[in-house]
Amino acid sequence: MTIRTEPMTVNVGPQHPSTHGVFRVRITFDGEDIVEVEPVLGYLHRGSEKLAEERNYVQVVTLTDRLDYTSSMINNQAYCLAVEQLLGIEPPPRGKYLRTLAAELQRIASHLIAVGFFVQELGAFGTPLMYTFRSRERILDLFEMLCGARVTVSYMRPGGVFADTPADFWPALEQFLEDFEGELEEIENLLLSNEILMVRTRGVSPLPADVAINCSVSGPVLRASGVNWDWRKMAPYDAYDQVEFDIPVGQNGDNYDRFWVRMQEVRQSLRIVRQCVAQIEPGPVRQELPLVLRAAPGAEAYGRVEASKGELGFFLVSDGGVSPYRCKIRSPSLINLTITEHLLLGWKLADMIVSLGSVDINMGEVDR
Amino acid sequence: MRCVSNAEGMLSADGVLGGNPLFYFIYNAVAHIAPCWLSYLISGLVIMLILINAVLLGAAVVSWGERRLLGRFQNRVGPNRWGPFGAFQPIADLAKLITKEDIVPYGADKLAFTAVPIIMVAAVLLGTAVLPFAKDVALVDLNVGVLFVLAVSSLTSIAIFTAGWASNNRYALFGAGRAVAVLLSYEVPVVLSLLGVVMVAGSMSLGDIVAAQAVPFFLVQPLAFFVFIAGMSAELNRTPFDVAEAESEIIAGYHTEYSGIKFALIQAAEFGGVLVVSGLIATLFLAGWAGPAADWLGWLWFLIKVFIGIFLFVWIRSTYPRLRLDQIMAVCWKFLMPLSIINLVAVVLEVFFLRDANGSLSTADLWIMAGINIVLAGGSILFFGRFIKEKVRTEAPTAAATNQVVPGVSTIGMR
Repeated sequence: MTIRTEPMTVNVGPQHPSTHGVFRVRITFDGEDIVEVEPVLGYLHRGSEKLAEERNYVQVVTLTDRLDYTSSMINNQAYCLAVEQLLGIEPPPRGKYLRTLAAELQRIASHLIAVGFFVQELGAFGTPLMYTFRSRERILDLFEMLCGARVTVSYMRPGGVFADTPADFWPALEQFLEDFEGELEEIENLLLSNEILMVRTRGVSPLPADVAINCSVSGPVLRASGVNWDWRKMAPYDAYDQVEFDIPVGQNGDNYDRFWVRMQEVRQSLRIVRQCVAQIEPGPVRQELPLVLRAAPGAEAYGRVEASKGELGFFLVSDGGVSPYRCKIRSPSLINLTITEHLLLGWKLADMIVSLGSVDINMGEVDR
Repeated sequence: MRCVSNAEGMLSADGVLGGNPLFYFIYNAVAHIAPCWLSYLISGLVIMLILINAVLLGAAVVSWGERRLLGRFQNRVGPNRWGPFGAFQPIADLAKLITKEDIVPYGADKLAFTAVPIIMVAAVLLGTAVLPFAKDVALVDLNVGVLFVLAVSSLTSIAIFTAGWASNNRYALFGAGRAVAVLLSYEVPVVLSLLGVVMVAGSMSLGDIVAAQAVPFFLVQPLAFFVFIAGMSAELNRTPFDVAEAESEIIAGYHTEYSGIKFALIQAAEFGGVLVVSGLIATLFLAGWAGPAADWLGWLWFLIKVFIGIFLFVWIRSTYPRLRLDQIMAVCWKFLMPLSIINLVAVVLEVFFLRDANGSLSTADLWIMAGINIVLAGGSILFFGRFIKEKVRTEAPTAAATNQVVPGVSTIGMR
């Protein structure tokens, strides 16, 4: 006797505890197996690209904070690089180091969120999340010292950063680096070789390197698939050519590898931060620029960074006015979402959430 | 008019409530002014009222304790606003939930939807009826107590399935399907593990089982203890087996649509379930009310052991991620099942060879059994643990054939 079954379509999101904001995906299930996937985007669209056309070049920095709100520093950096390229200016060395330092701290914070929520979605009841957030809070406190804000930082400006560090920042950073070593070890001990975590994630939703490249995926997701691709190495910006670090690369591109790559990148970021602290020298932090910036008519620039989620690029076109004529944002989360179908089809409901978590999307960036 | 209330009278004859001193006290007090049948009824109802309130209050304490403990485990404070250490938090929660709108979703089966919280609470309360809180202090010392507890705890799975079906919500349906699969599967190893306990104690009455524990049964039958805790974690829908209400996957599972007082009742049933299961663990494996000092201190030992059980569950919950449904099934049928069978066979043989002429076991016999079974438990958990690891890994589903790989692009040269 065969049992008659019917596929069941479920709207996962936009209100769902673990779709990272307002991501919606219409999934057709056969029992618990996924047979059809249809992502629906746009619930957080705010028109950032259009808004950028109405503001002058410096004001746009505040818009970039709100793209990927878990890595505002890196968004600032990408935009400032684009403007600098457009205007042909270069920040002073201390400004570059401060940017690198802030960006790497932000990368640690962002990866901590990614790892914490990834394990939360595996069903661990809050403990790993709280552990990672404990360290992230410290980083946000450091940001508060730097610029007075914790999440929407607007710390960087075209030509450098907006202010030098306060005197108590460096001891606080030293203290954080010292404490974080132990906290990171604790998180690694708790998670990296956890039997249930391995059983749930190893071999689940593998992403072959060629598929990843064809989907133009970037960031930890691409590196987990075994492709050595990192703009910090390939086209060093700011102070990345002055520091030594390794690029962790996964093998299978499964959920565990994506998680593992992030954990390793935290360690590498820590290395970069330490080197920045050692190498940074006193000096100006920002190049003197007129209050309102103007680029040559018809000038174009593409500034890109290796953001915590992948390649983040700002393409700016100038018409000679005070604001960009066009500001196109290449957001890694949106591009990384193109692999949704590859990741989810044929897997189970429980794996779906984990796979989405392993891609680490941020809806602020996806919908812009 | 005085009614018959001594050991030769009507009350002890039917067995129910027999030997309960509190019952006799109330009965004697009421019997001065009421006819026999009425005083019998009144005293029974009073005792039930006391018990129900104790269990619900206990559930509130468990909910508060769990949140405090989870807070400690997770580097945060937990509820600490109202009362000493936030102990009145459950009252605040209840007040909030009672004043909330009681929503019945469109298209729901109203009767079934409403019945579910009641059934769930009732199942939990029924389970407490046979628990011996101290020596001779139980609502009923049923001679088939173990069977009764198992039967009553299975009621929950029916309630959960009804909730999933009646809610007219697809997440609830997912939760219900998962819950029934898990609950039905884990019933089997749990029952098998309890068979060993019953066999050594020589009785299915919980009171007799406590009395038989000259050596606590978690030492005599570590395998059964392990299987029982794992199986009960699954039956209570707690991590790592909490697929039925997996928050990150299916919102809240079967109780997604419940709000207001119905949700409060479901929560009470869940925390009460933890309480009852911890009571069962204490009774069946940790020697219940037995302990040093006088018998009247039994309730203290019992409470301490219950809180050990609760702490264990909270600890597990705060530590482990969740397994996938198929992995949970694998753990049940390929790991816990063989373990419980091994335990059963070992206990059968040991009881057969060690018992004396009238079929009872001495304390020395129990220690011998403990020694053998601890070695056996370590060996078989290690052996089957390796077995299940491999199985779970290799049986993960393969990627779907729909993953189209476009040839031509393989690697890009990088420096």
